[in-house]
Amino acid sequence: MNASVIIFYFISALILVSGIFAVTARKIFRAAIGLLFSLIGIAALFFWMDVNFLAAVQIVVYVGGIVVLIIFSIFLTDQSGNELPKTTLGRKIFSILAVVFAIAFVYNLINENNFHPSNDAFDNSVRRIGNNMLDTNTTGYALPFEVVSILLLAAMIGSIVIAMKSKNVEQKKQR
Amino acid sequence: MFNEITISQILFVSTALFFIGVYGMFTRRNLITMLMSIELMLNSVNINFVAFNKYLFPEKMDGIFFSIFIIAIAAAEAAVAIAIIINLYRSHQSIDVEDANEMKY
Repeated sequence: MNASVIIFYFISALILVSGIFAVTARKIFRAAIGLLFSLIGIAALFFWMDVNFLAAVQIVVYVGGIVVLIIFSIFLTDQSGNELPKTTLGRKIFSILAVVFAIAFVYNLINENNFHPSNDAFDNSVRRIGNNMLDTNTTGYALPFEVVSILLLAAMIGSIVIAMKSKNVEQKKQR
Repeated sequence: MFNEITISQILFVSTALFFIGVYGMFTRRNLITMLMSIELMLNSVNINFVAFNKYLFPEKMDGIFFSIFIIAIAAAEAAVAIAIIINLYRSHQSIDVEDANEMKY
């Protein structure tokens, strides 16, 4: 066992333990903190796989963006202190059974399949990613890039429109 | 087995994380925690894409691009979902899925 293997097991334990904490914690704010550490662990796994740009994007977007957004929404809905209602025992047991069988099934599939890893170096420098991203040839990703930019604009406008207080609602409340 | 990390072990971690998210979807009845389970599932898929890209096809970059687009779409999805949740809380004073059943029948 060398250092890289030990670090991998440590990172996986962090991801899985905090992921389990995120879906089982009784207080919603603690669940959000569990999600935060799970996402940090995934960024660490990306660093471990030498995918530095994606790890940085993961930290900036997930840890800095989505988790903060979720914590804001927890505060806005006034629930941070309350305990979540308990799930019924039957539902819990059958969920655990379904999940364990599904994990065993997929793990069996993974073990049956012989992967043949290639030994070439993986060049994922930011220069190569950027050149591919704006490449208009058949291997490039210029079209999905533009589509995603339009999607982000639509999501921004849409979320503002949905969360905006309409005047009719306020008038109804005043009556 | 313990001297080197193979791709199967990384895939096992991502499988376990995906089904942890599925467990959260099964047991939780609160919209924000269900959103958090969805984020866990999307992230496990990202791990899969990057692992396949790095270990099996290192001359291509498709896995990294799929992960980048999944992250962008997950951010958009979280923003819209939280807008809907806040709107639902305003009209129902609750974000439990059992309380939002007007369109059920």
